[in-house]
Amino acid sequence: MGEVIVITSGKGGVGKTTTTANIGAGLSMEGKSTVLVDADIGLRNLDVVMGLENRIVYDLVDVVEGVCRLRQALIKDKRYPNLYLLPAAQTKDKNAVTPKQMQELTSELVKEFDYVIVDCPAGIEQGFKNAIAGASKALVVTTPEVSAVRDADRIIGLLEANGLKNPQLIINRLRVDMVKRGDMMNIDDMIDILAIELIGVVPDDEHIIVSTNRGEPAVSNNESMAGQAYRNIVKRILGEDIPFMNLESDQGFITKLAKMFGFVKKK
Amino acid sequence: MDLFKMFSKNDNSKDIAKERLKLVLIHDRANVSPQFLEMIKGEILSVISDYMEIDEEGLEIKLTRTKRDVDGASVPALVANIPIRKMKDERKF
Repeated sequence: MGEVIVITSGKGGVGKTTTTANIGAGLSMEGKSTVLVDADIGLRNLDVVMGLENRIVYDLVDVVEGVCRLRQALIKDKRYPNLYLLPAAQTKDKNAVTPKQMQELTSELVKEFDYVIVDCPAGIEQGFKNAIAGASKALVVTTPEVSAVRDADRIIGLLEANGLKNPQLIINRLRVDMVKRGDMMNIDDMIDILAIELIGVVPDDEHIIVSTNRGEPAVSNNESMAGQAYRNIVKRILGEDIPFMNLESDQGFITKLAKMFGFVKKK
Repeated sequence: MDLFKMFSKNDNSKDIAKERLKLVLIHDRANVSPQFLEMIKGEILSVISDYMEIDEEGLEIKLTRTKRDVDGASVPALVANIPIRKMKDERKF
């Protein structure tokens, strides 16, 4: 029996889908059988982020409506062991599915997979209610912006009101240079305001755009700082105690020494 | 006051962000609508008007944060600024 985790945020565009794709691929790399469920019916995107858009035959609504069997709608990701995607329907809307149906669906999936990761749509309406219906754990994604943190706070309240206690926070697109000069809220600022446990900090990283262009999750890219951050989040989901990474990659001892003697131009 | 502000001016936009966020979250979390505040304002007004004449135009009621005396923790507070024109005749009471 596995675990159903919903990735949510309230605000759109903070990186829920990217986070879902990377955590899913990361769990698979750790040897866990994983299925990603795109609950954003009508605005599906997890398929393109995963690079699986050309392989969709059936979707989530087809399964719920009994058009096909659950197995038939699952797309196997050939690059990762035991990673599957259940795509959302693109031509229906959020009301095509009820929270009860979602709960039944995820309870079916959780019998066969170690992890069921649900990508929640933005907003707090039907789509959100559907996405959280079958989840036993929630990860809240936010960026260091007033609007995103405000919506995250609202979502945390709604999650707790719906019995999803102790959601964990992912801070996405943190820019260390801006934090340093005091133009971006830092990790402590956000934890202080939201008062929930942190599970990961993902730095703003160009690799994410490049990997999304290609349809390949950055988690398998060893050069990517964001990829490393996702690998750490995955390990924390698996219960490992991983220290938060130093986001200043260019601050190694040699670099510091070089800076001291003026060999490296200061940023 | 302005001069003082000028010297203590906070250049960090993240501090501004944090303060604004904290204020907006007080309202969000308390689920306090402007109408609700208007209701409180109306009732406070009617009670106080029995005892003193107040400047209704200058009346201001808002939710904010304040430091608790005992431990300095930041807590939400209802702050009312009620300018008094004059006390009503005490002999009546």
